[in-house]
Amino acid sequence: MKRTVPLLITAFGGFVLIISYFIPATQGWGETVAIWFDVLASIAFILGGANLLKIHLKKVSDWQSGWGFSAVTISAFIITLYVGLTKMGVNPSTNYPDYVWSGSYREMGAPFWWLYEYAFKPLTATMFAMLAFYVASAAFRAFRAKNTEAILLLGTAFIILLGRTFAGVFLTSWLPESLSGLRIENLTVTIMQVFNTAGNRAIMIGIALGIASTSLKVLLGVDRSYLGGGED
Amino acid sequence: MDRQKLIWTVVCVVGALGLIINAVTRDAGSVYVKNVDHEFALVEDEKWVDVSSDDALDYDLEGKERINWSSEEQANYRDYQEANKAKPSQSKYSFSLSRTFGVWIAAMFTLFIMSFLFKDNPFYKFAESVVVGVSAAYWMVVGFWDVIIPNLFGKLSPSFINSWAMPGLEGEADLLYLVPLVLGIMLLWRLAPSGTWISRWPLAFIIGTTAGIRLIGFIHADFLSQIRNSIIPLAVFENGSFMFWDSFLNLILIIGVLTAIVYFFFSIEHKGLVGKTARVGIWFLMITFGAAFGYTVMGRIALLAIRLEFLFDDWLWIIDPAMNRIAGT
Amino acid sequence: MYDFLKNLDRRWIFLLMFLSVSIPIIIIGITGQSFPEKPTALSITTFEIIENLKEGDKVLLSFDFDPASEGELGPMATAFTYHCAAKKLKMYFMALWPVGPQMVDNAIENVIKKDFPHLVYGEDYVNLGFKSGGEGVIKVIVTDFMELYSTDARGTPFKSIPMNKEISSVQDMDLVINISAGSAGTKEWVQYAVTPYPDEITLIAGCTGVQAPLLYPYIPEQLPGLLGAIKGAAEYEKLVFDRYYRDEGLEVPGRYQEGVRRMGPQLVAHLLMILLIIAGNYIFFAEKKRGIP
Repeated sequence: MKRTVPLLITAFGGFVLIISYFIPATQGWGETVAIWFDVLASIAFILGGANLLKIHLKKVSDWQSGWGFSAVTISAFIITLYVGLTKMGVNPSTNYPDYVWSGSYREMGAPFWWLYEYAFKPLTATMFAMLAFYVASAAFRAFRAKNTEAILLLGTAFIILLGRTFAGVFLTSWLPESLSGLRIENLTVTIMQVFNTAGNRAIMIGIALGIASTSLKVLLGVDRSYLGGGED
Repeated sequence: MDRQKLIWTVVCVVGALGLIINAVTRDAGSVYVKNVDHEFALVEDEKWVDVSSDDALDYDLEGKERINWSSEEQANYRDYQEANKAKPSQSKYSFSLSRTFGVWIAAMFTLFIMSFLFKDNPFYKFAESVVVGVSAAYWMVVGFWDVIIPNLFGKLSPSFINSWAMPGLEGEADLLYLVPLVLGIMLLWRLAPSGTWISRWPLAFIIGTTAGIRLIGFIHADFLSQIRNSIIPLAVFENGSFMFWDSFLNLILIIGVLTAIVYFFFSIEHKGLVGKTARVGIWFLMITFGAAFGYTVMGRIALLAIRLEFLFDDWLWIIDPAMNRIAGT
Repeated sequence: MYDFLKNLDRRWIFLLMFLSVSIPIIIIGITGQSFPEKPTALSITTFEIIENLKEGDKVLLSFDFDPASEGELGPMATAFTYHCAAKKLKMYFMALWPVGPQMVDNAIENVIKKDFPHLVYGEDYVNLGFKSGGEGVIKVIVTDFMELYSTDARGTPFKSIPMNKEISSVQDMDLVINISAGSAGTKEWVQYAVTPYPDEITLIAGCTGVQAPLLYPYIPEQLPGLLGAIKGAAEYEKLVFDRYYRDEGLEVPGRYQEGVRRMGPQLVAHLLMILLIIAGNYIFFAEKKRGIP
């Protein structure tokens, strides 16, 4: 029962969507299932946040190593959640000025916007910006022209790196019009439109077959790994 | 004090002094806002009109109930300076302490994260802890106000949501939405100390729906359509003349797709003709990965550029490409 | 040389990368000069698809990105919004990412309210907001908007907004513009909107450098126009602002040149990357020569 019903639910959700794709009369069922999926996706945000709170509260209560930083996480979480859910400092909507809760939670100038603009945005953006440094370090340490394949990879990378900036235009602008196809910026376009397209198309076809196979295994109950092991 | 600590102390002190001098003498890192007043009058039953709008001219507003508040819009230093020059006692544009404080906090967070490049340190860990907490809560708030209120509770009880949160919401209650509500509560059971098997039902629904959506989407767009897209002319003619280069490139494309697919076919041993074909396929894939690397590098550097632009423009006021401040600052 | 490179602390490489990006930013910021841009065919096609639309045509702009990708996609969002506003198209903004609505707000504040203050919300542009579910959202709105969007982002009933009276689904749009940083994004729009309805839905996109090579197989049948990475953004900025500013004899405002400005640090950083790869291979070949495994 604990494992059979979920399998039936999986099959129901998947096959309703597949059938609705082919039989227009059932399109409404597919839409309904997709809407339930969309609603559940936002409840998953709540699950994620609550799970984070649970983990960090445990860390603080057990006085595990680094509990101070967990306390910072919890504080940041609770402050942001409170400010956002209560729409603190948010003015009413100009369409409904008598409804104090009608304003947008994202209103510019409100504390929630402040947290987004001066905490969330710089922190997430900088986290990703750090990748530029790591890619440089990785290029120095790892990219070795050991064999034909590696030389092809590095050569293509050089052409793309030069061709997608003014450096490429500058370096090969002297080539005559009859050989314009060999100018680095034009070579870049050819590489992307022919070689890259060919390689990615093959990868895409392979992945599509893999997804089809995995999806069918899940829907038919052959693959039950998502149910986890044991009774609970 | 050892040498490294001494160097860092000197750098921090000099840096801090420089920042203070920059901020005090040039107002660097300050943010200005335009104050906007809003006033509404109740002209008819439940009809509010903006007092400053053209619609208000149609009504007699004397003695009518009023609601008013003021909001702030982002302004730039140039607007503030020009307004002050025109009328020194103006209050339309003003210095914003909270947003200025925010810019400095954002700059500090940026530097804290970047400090990890030198060495792991408590500043980085602090910044990392803040981003984890803020982003998790941010997503919860977005999910609540943008989806759960209008698309779940708003469908189950539109009159209740209409009465306080979304006055524009219309419609009758749709009890079919009890299904996602119940599944959602079951999903949250995952947090409970026991009975986590209850969360398998909504998880199964999510997985089944994802599998169903993707099965069709991938087969149609990534399999059938890609095969059709690969059926291209081997001999290209334009205005009656044979285009050698276009034909050659089409041939290369088809050969590339086929040989790369042969490489991925692992059910046959890659020996002999199959092995040679797969080898050609690998070459195409290596060129693909080289292109991917080049584009990835391009992407990462742009992300670093925008952060440094923030530090040099919004915080330190060293550059002003958008002409937000008077020329010369 | 070999010993120096072999034992090089990676923090020196970090410092080189920092300098190679920051020095061009400062120089370009102070001088106002940046490298010339020559648009390529794909950017020109993207530009012409929008340019060929008529006044009043309906465009759905889906901002599926967050601050982590704003460096590449912010300039595209600005340029797309400007182009649509200048062409007097009806703009329907939405987002599949939770932080997407903030990006929409930025575009409306920095472009529409600054340069097109005569445009009226609800008549010329509308912000439909974010809905969770990724491809699930596309699956629903491709046949019926109102199943998910009963109101816009401000809480106004969907059908009471004048410009929404003409539309019931994505198929009623004359063009879909997607700015995408990952999943859910351009790939999902191609899979769940364009491929099932190829005659009804036309899609063009701007995407990150990581995604761009992966989307080329869709070009041109499923995705006629694509702006890839900051280079695509810079080329598109050149096309749009040449057409609407320079051709009119006006100087382009600095805030519409973000993509072009960022090509300066790109060039220097790319040259650094090439040097680093060469240096790394020098170590490899030197070790090979010395017989070091």
